[in-house]
Amino acid sequence: MTSAPVLALRGVSKRFGAVQALTDVDLEVHAGEVVALVGDNGAGKSTLVKTIAGVHPIDEGVIEWEGKPVSINRPHDAATLGVATVYQDLALCDNLDVVGNLYLGRELRRAGVLDEVTMEQKARELLSTLSIRIPSVRIPIAGLSGGQRQVVAIARALIGEPKVVILDEPTAALGVEQTAQVLDLVERLRERGLGVILISHNMADVRAVADTVAVLRLGKNNGSFPVAETTHETIIAAITGATDNAVTRRQARTAEAAK
Amino acid sequence: MSKTTDTPPADTPETPDVPETPEAQAAPAAAAAPAAAPTVDPRLLVREEGFKGYLADFKRKVRGGELGSLPVVVGLAIIWVVFQSQDSLFLTATNLANISFFLAATGMLAIGLVFVLLLGEIDLSVGSVSGLSSAVFAVLSVSHGMNALLAVILAIATGAAIGALHGYFFAKLGVPAFVVTLAGNLGWNGLMLWLLGSTGSISIKDAGFLHLLGQQAFFMGSDISGAYILATLAVAALLGGSLIEQSRRRKAGVPFRPTSEIALRAGALAVVAFAAAYMLNQANGVPVALVIFLGALVVTDFVLRRTSYGRKIFAVGGSIEAARRAGINVALIRISVYAISGAFAALGGLFFAAQTYTANLGAGGGNILMMAIAAAVIGGTSLFGGRGTVWSALLGMLVIQSIQTGLDLLNMNTSLQYMITGAVLLAAVVIDSLSRKTQKASGRG
Repeated sequence: MTSAPVLALRGVSKRFGAVQALTDVDLEVHAGEVVALVGDNGAGKSTLVKTIAGVHPIDEGVIEWEGKPVSINRPHDAATLGVATVYQDLALCDNLDVVGNLYLGRELRRAGVLDEVTMEQKARELLSTLSIRIPSVRIPIAGLSGGQRQVVAIARALIGEPKVVILDEPTAALGVEQTAQVLDLVERLRERGLGVILISHNMADVRAVADTVAVLRLGKNNGSFPVAETTHETIIAAITGATDNAVTRRQARTAEAAK
Repeated sequence: MSKTTDTPPADTPETPDVPETPEAQAAPAAAAAPAAAPTVDPRLLVREEGFKGYLADFKRKVRGGELGSLPVVVGLAIIWVVFQSQDSLFLTATNLANISFFLAATGMLAIGLVFVLLLGEIDLSVGSVSGLSSAVFAVLSVSHGMNALLAVILAIATGAAIGALHGYFFAKLGVPAFVVTLAGNLGWNGLMLWLLGSTGSISIKDAGFLHLLGQQAFFMGSDISGAYILATLAVAALLGGSLIEQSRRRKAGVPFRPTSEIALRAGALAVVAFAAAYMLNQANGVPVALVIFLGALVVTDFVLRRTSYGRKIFAVGGSIEAARRAGINVALIRISVYAISGAFAALGGLFFAAQTYTANLGAGGGNILMMAIAAAVIGGTSLFGGRGTVWSALLGMLVIQSIQTGLDLLNMNTSLQYMITGAVLLAAVVIDSLSRKTQKASGRG
């Protein structure tokens, strides 16, 4: 990952009234990289992704897109740059079928009329390249399970050919098998060369798919770790701020004793 | 993926429950060659080819609560059989022609209401707006001697503007639509009374556009070929459209309707259309009012199902939040839908005026509003939003007009008419609610 990050936040701060939600936060996402954003409740994860998604404009700092500073003031700006966000509440239309939901708001048209055939064809292509298995692209979303809805929501984010995808707790409400499907999908996003920001509370999920873990604590950066070389405890310690506790002391002692 | 969708367990194919294909989990990279792996889930019920599969699919849908227009077709058959057994005049050409003429006016109101119901909202002002429209037309064209066509356009524009105003209060100011349109129901009725003034009634000449909407106007001047031309056009359009779509889908490699199913659909439409044409020809031919109504149905159906505007209406009716996030201007959709409802109400008002050639104080009153709402719901458009078609305006009006005409034939009291129609409306809403429950239970909520 020597190239410039596709998305970089430099010294970003955000205030809500008397609350300093984000202080001087840095974050980098490269193409083909999965960055897990972790932190306790209220650490500022959601605020951070909302600043990237254009829901809350930043107060201070710089957002760089492919090396150039940009301003993201509304969701539309983020979408134009190529940032797609999948929120925790998936916001799909239950009554529309899978194709209808995938293309909602950007329907393909042919002489002013909906081009259902091309949309269905492309939807099937997209779903099969992502190895998403759903019964049919023509059944209403209401007929899908929770995991299937989640993968449809993620696939929906890919229709606009984004470069960065933000996933907010994609596995929070899913069972074992469905979580595995979503994690597979995250890996496939990386293979497609997308930058992925993954918010999760589940350390196992994070360690399974993320390349880098960025920890937020009380609205500030509290370390960024390459997953492969970092222990579980280090990350937990960064999240909780407990750099010195019974567990770490014992570990230190056993390490010394081993010498 | 563990919960599969709409299958009663008995129907599940005898395949062992393979938990996802192994290669999808083990090696996601390998799964990038999707053409090799079968994309169909083994637990999924795929429709079998041919007519048998069509029938099985239909049965499964009914059991899953997707009743569509089945209850109303069955209901209509029962109603016709019952009335025919009570009075042999019921299924005569003259009576059926009457039904087909009188359903057009209220049907127009019902079309507008289908749009509003698709949003999951209600418009209680359509009766008053239709009355006001006839008064506007009468005052402009008779009292002020304005060109009749211009007066028609102005009357419809008035309806659209009123609807847009309701929509503005609802969408921008957040007043519940129920209250806004209830206020409109009273207010616009008052405006109509004021317009008609002391005379109370204005007679309208039987000419021009209003003549076309009247009882004496028939398609192609009651020429016997007129009805058959219309029926042929309808069948040809369905057949041609389906075949073109089939070939496009086949070329694109996506599932398409088998030819047997297309033939079946076209055949069914042909039977109904030509039977209706034959019946109407036994009377005086096809009333122009009915032709305009059917034309409006075709156009609005196209708008709802084939344009992105229609897709947006369904999206807003399904989930407002999802629609907003997809970049849909929800307020604009709401305002425009109420404007459409107002415009159709105004057009329906002109149909009513043409039935009597007067604009009078009673116009748009009585049970017209309830009948229009009942028609849309009986026809199968859900009160809960996001589900329905404009054809429910036609089906529902057939039921309601049949009941009304039948009871008239039997010289029943208005009191009884109201009670029976009320019961039918209640039954329709109960079916709507129950089928929603069944759909939820079978994962089609």
